[in-house]
Amino acid sequence: MESIGVLMMCPMNSYLENELQKRFNLLRYWTSPEKSVFLETHRNSIRAVVGNAFVGADAQLINDLPKLEIVSSFSVGLDKIDLGICKDKGIRVTNTPDVLTEDVADLAIGLILALLRRLCECDRYVRSGKWKQGDFKLTTKFSGKSVGIIGLGRIGTAIAKRAEAFSCPINYYSRTVKPDVAYKYYPTVVDLAKNSDILVVACPLSDETRHIVNRQVMDALGPKSVLINIGRGPHVDEQELVKALTEGRLGGAALDVFEKEPHVPEELFGLENVVLLPHVGSGTVETRNAMADLVVGNLEAHFSGKSLLTPVV
Amino acid sequence: MTTTSFTQVLPRVLFVNRHAAMGVLGDSFVASTKFEILKAFESPLLLPEFLADQSHPVSAIIAPVAVPVTADLIRLLPNLRLVVTTSTGVDHVDLVECRRRGISVANAGSSYSEDVADTAVGLLIDVFRRISAANRFVKQRLWPLKGDYPLGSKLGRKRIGVVGLGSIGSMVATRLEAFGCQISYSSRNRKPSVPYHYYMDVQEMASNSDALVICCELNDKTFHLINRDVFAALGKQGVIVNVARGGIVDEDEMVRCLREGEIGGAGLDVFEDEPNVPKELFELDNVVLSPHCAYTSLEGLEQLGKVLVGNIEAFFSNKPLLTPVL
Repeated sequence: MESIGVLMMCPMNSYLENELQKRFNLLRYWTSPEKSVFLETHRNSIRAVVGNAFVGADAQLINDLPKLEIVSSFSVGLDKIDLGICKDKGIRVTNTPDVLTEDVADLAIGLILALLRRLCECDRYVRSGKWKQGDFKLTTKFSGKSVGIIGLGRIGTAIAKRAEAFSCPINYYSRTVKPDVAYKYYPTVVDLAKNSDILVVACPLSDETRHIVNRQVMDALGPKSVLINIGRGPHVDEQELVKALTEGRLGGAALDVFEKEPHVPEELFGLENVVLLPHVGSGTVETRNAMADLVVGNLEAHFSGKSLLTPVV
Repeated sequence: MTTTSFTQVLPRVLFVNRHAAMGVLGDSFVASTKFEILKAFESPLLLPEFLADQSHPVSAIIAPVAVPVTADLIRLLPNLRLVVTTSTGVDHVDLVECRRRGISVANAGSSYSEDVADTAVGLLIDVFRRISAANRFVKQRLWPLKGDYPLGSKLGRKRIGVVGLGSIGSMVATRLEAFGCQISYSSRNRKPSVPYHYYMDVQEMASNSDALVICCELNDKTFHLINRDVFAALGKQGVIVNVARGGIVDEDEMVRCLREGEIGGAGLDVFEDEPNVPKELFELDNVVLSPHCAYTSLEGLEQLGKVLVGNIEAFFSNKPLLTPVL
């Protein structure tokens, strides 16, 4: 398989890079200063693209690669892949579901605790020597607070299970009611926000869910409730979020994702009721290795004519 | 026959320091029609003079950790009958002296066990997933410059050793189970109704754990329980979380282990000499520090107020204490 051209869109994981390098002719998109020349040179040898949450395979790229057979994403989110064109052209698409569910759910709870109990601010307080001048202020309890989850898929369900261990009543919004679920369903995100102390975004990003957390939802949450985003930046109207936080209309936010990563609105840096992470939802050694194994496994399966491990298209 | 109306003298309860909760909740924190609060902190007089100045004696004292109830303090309060602490721990109360003088002691019970358990879990996730360090990274504008942040470590299937399975330890255990962690515990006695593996020896538990969460009380037997041998057993990837008392851990040894990479990280809410924290820890990204506030949520303190009032009212109506220690 060493002659099969696999285009890796950006640096994402050195273990993955090594494993791909061992098996295929790995082409690193980011190392070429002249992208169009690069594609022109290699267009007939590239049969696979490996993308991730930051850069995938859009229509232009797909159209530039006539021999493309498969897009294997190092993520579970598919918002950076033009699925429509892939379907039309018979290009297979795989992602990395399940292996990262627990890490993302763990991080969601970690963010809730960091935000409500001000763990990051507490750490800063001690490191700056301020504890010698007085105690830290009171924070807000997590146990028992109502958690509203947008999207009750694998990740949303895992978050609910963890929050239940903290005696949190669980509410959710989903396109349809889930019949065997003991949690309270709300038919709109605004209703969910009105009835939840903590709102968590856990649905896939699509045209329908872009800016699903808008000004109206933030107003429904209000100054005593908080927003947690472990989905995708575009789920939240970021400009409105910044206004809501700086004007004190929203109680706080913990964000792992942003509309234009790695750029984060400046106004958020000085806020003590905001926790900001550099998109590390699946960022553990164990999970990234498992994701890499899935990417490699899917490509190997495809090129040996076997069934794909985790196909989407 | 004339009826005499009695002017009931309410029991007087001494408050030496202003409690954090009073700053937020005001006097309603411990308001009651059945006793009177004496706020020593509102007087410019030193405590002995303040007490000498009082017409009615103090029969109860509210004792936060910052106000150790020593034999000397008890001597200043000859009519003392009840000590009520605002903490679950009573290591700051001279229980021997209280027993000798027949003084009852009540603690905060499990008023804020949930908050402490929540913080313990929060600190553990923070250390494994580098939350505080990554938040600093972003807020210092390093993400666009330095790219991806170093990977953390998955929580699922990690072996967590809980030291002390009281109300806080049990709550830590049930929370971490939901994350797919494997729980074991060490305690004075085995608890037969509990599904977790029991270790009599903390060092043995450490050698079979990825993290230790300290939830036990500080006493003669637990002072420096977590020592060099336990750290060595815990190992280079091992993490320690302490939400109990600083004295349970040999702090100098822990600092050395962290600096030399002999253990993997720490989440600490308590220290041996608060509010002093070894400054060597400030250089480390795998350490999360908290100023002994695992218990201080607004809701937890409201609950604490109810328990304080409940204990004092029960005592002075000759009813059993809600959360007796002595």
